[in-house]
Amino acid sequence: MSCGAAGIASVLSKPLSTTIPLESAAPDASAQAAPIAVSIQDVSKTFRLPHQQYSTLKERALHPFRSTEYDELHAVTDISLEIARGEFFGIVGRNGSGKSTLLKCIAGIYGVDRGRISVAGRLSPFIELGVGFNMDLTARDNVVINAIMLGLSRREARLRFDDVIAFAELEEFIDLKLKNYSSGMLVRLAFATSIQVQAEILLIDEVLAVGDAAFQQKCFEEFYRLKREGKTIIFVSHDMYSVERFCDRAMLMERGDMVQLGDPREIGRAYHKLNFGHLPHAAPAHEEQASGTVIAEAWFEDSSGARITSVSQEEQLSMCFEVRLAEELRDPVFAATLRTELGHTIVVARSDQHGHTSGSFAAGETVLARFDLPSWLTPSRYTLTPSIAPEGTGENALALVEDMASIVIHGNSSGGILELPIEVRIERR
Amino acid sequence: MSSGEGLRLPVPRAPAQHRVHGPSALSGDVRRFWSLTFTLARTEFKLRFFGSALGYVWTLVRPLLLFGVLYVFFTEVAHVNSSNNPGEKFYGAQLLGSIVLFTFFAEATAGAVRSVVDRENLVRKIHFPRLVIPASVVLLALFNLGLNLIVVTIFALASGVTPMLSWLELPLIVAMIAVCAAGVAMLLSALYVHFRDISPIWEVISQILFYASPVIISIQTVKAKLAHKSFIGFNLLHVYMFNPLAVILQQFRHAMITHATPSAGQALGSWTGLLPPLVLVLALFAIGFAVFNRAAAKIAENL
Repeated sequence: MSCGAAGIASVLSKPLSTTIPLESAAPDASAQAAPIAVSIQDVSKTFRLPHQQYSTLKERALHPFRSTEYDELHAVTDISLEIARGEFFGIVGRNGSGKSTLLKCIAGIYGVDRGRISVAGRLSPFIELGVGFNMDLTARDNVVINAIMLGLSRREARLRFDDVIAFAELEEFIDLKLKNYSSGMLVRLAFATSIQVQAEILLIDEVLAVGDAAFQQKCFEEFYRLKREGKTIIFVSHDMYSVERFCDRAMLMERGDMVQLGDPREIGRAYHKLNFGHLPHAAPAHEEQASGTVIAEAWFEDSSGARITSVSQEEQLSMCFEVRLAEELRDPVFAATLRTELGHTIVVARSDQHGHTSGSFAAGETVLARFDLPSWLTPSRYTLTPSIAPEGTGENALALVEDMASIVIHGNSSGGILELPIEVRIERR
Repeated sequence: MSSGEGLRLPVPRAPAQHRVHGPSALSGDVRRFWSLTFTLARTEFKLRFFGSALGYVWTLVRPLLLFGVLYVFFTEVAHVNSSNNPGEKFYGAQLLGSIVLFTFFAEATAGAVRSVVDRENLVRKIHFPRLVIPASVVLLALFNLGLNLIVVTIFALASGVTPMLSWLELPLIVAMIAVCAAGVAMLLSALYVHFRDISPIWEVISQILFYASPVIISIQTVKAKLAHKSFIGFNLLHVYMFNPLAVILQQFRHAMITHATPSAGQALGSWTGLLPPLVLVLALFAIGFAVFNRAAAKIAENL
């Protein structure tokens, strides 16, 4: 059995070779011999979407020959993939890219139309936490029911009960009805139940979007612990930050196809391109300012001068915009504001910083303003708001276009908003 | 591992590869099927039993009220049964027993119709044998039937029925009606996913079945009115007894309450007459299972 699996693994060692070496999985699972945990071969899944959701018998009886019309939705097309045991595998893609469908096919919730899926060991789907929880029952009853749902026998479920409660830190509330639980307690209970099922393969579908930051941290720590025990984890998300941070390997899906497979950071870049890929080449239509001065275009550049929409952390980045002046100006203030998607201003770059002046310009001139900076920011999407104002305080802008261009920064996040190059020194005294 | 390499650490316990199959009616092992069915039914039962102040009383009140109304009406007002008929001995106990059995059938089937759709959150999120859902509804109804039969027994003993050896037939009778209800439950719950008007249609059919079974009317009255009439060549009595519920209820009255009323076989004149309804029960079960099994794979996406 394991011979066959190892054989497949070595044949397919090409995709596997991009795997970042697992820090401490099985020591002999290093190069090629990690057994396959999940094997997906040419899997396709199509949904039929009838134009009319529910037919009735009456209708069938009245129009026996009318064929029901439906659209076909190719949710997953010809995906082939092998996931090694002990791998933390990410599946990313936009909404409707088929990633959740694929996960549900692996979990056996949907049958596949073509191809085959094989898994080694028990699956624990974290597709939704607390499935089948009943608010009118106590935590004790619900945990047992949920564990049985997830595949334990009644005896096993009762044996694991104490561990579940301990993990959820809900010892005082075991005989409380769930309707009296806070939502945080509910999530903790549900997660604890699912994790105690002791499956070899965990399927996680963005369940971590719920719960506060501390809880998410605890979840990930738990996943790491399971990974060290040699469990396989398949993680579906559109939070590239988590995928880059935790996954050994990732796959990008778009419209049911596998677009790319490989290193999570590369996948992250590809994903961001897919998401926010439009270059602001065509100047956006904007209302003419009363002054007649217009900002024609704004964009980001890398150090070689190429226009970009995404950049890696620590790389050089330039914020640029072009202004057509309608009047003669002396030392106008050019400014570029970098904001997060929530509208928090992160960086304001001004041409009059540190007493600099911009010079004199005649009416009708086109001016290029350019601000170079290292992209020491936490991975996210940022928008550029260019503006120009007359000399002085710079409050009354001659022209300003909000969020004219955007950039995605990817890399690792420490949790802060800045990722400064920090030198760490720890010395024994 | 590969033969070329000499010493290699064995790969720590690699679980065997197994193919993932899509959802089906009965995937997985029997133990899981049973423990899930039992758990779901037990949970529902518990919720009903302890959920409201009067709990179980409510599940009993309905058949009891129905019994009271029918008993008063058919013994005091409308005399459908000839009062000097020996088969009418212990009419009250016969009526109550029949109502309780029929209530089981009605509860199991009506509850099953919407069951799969109502359990949508489970169906779309977890891989488990889909048949668990209608099966748990039938099992829940069986729990209630068990409790109600205790009440019937007490009532029967109080009205003077003496325990008989034929009481041992009870498990068989219950099994028969349970198989019948399960077949219908599977069929209806699978059809309801596509045809949402199954629910009102079944309500009507259920009403018709109530009057087309020997619940109120004793079999002698039916026999007296129907035995010599025929409908396109079929003896009407045989048509009446083709209904499995008629056979089951009549056998219950005979075996459990009084031998003064004929057994199902006696009512038909021969035991071979019981074959068609028996075949019908098994066919219902088989068809119900087949339809459900076919629908099971796609239920999650068709909801």
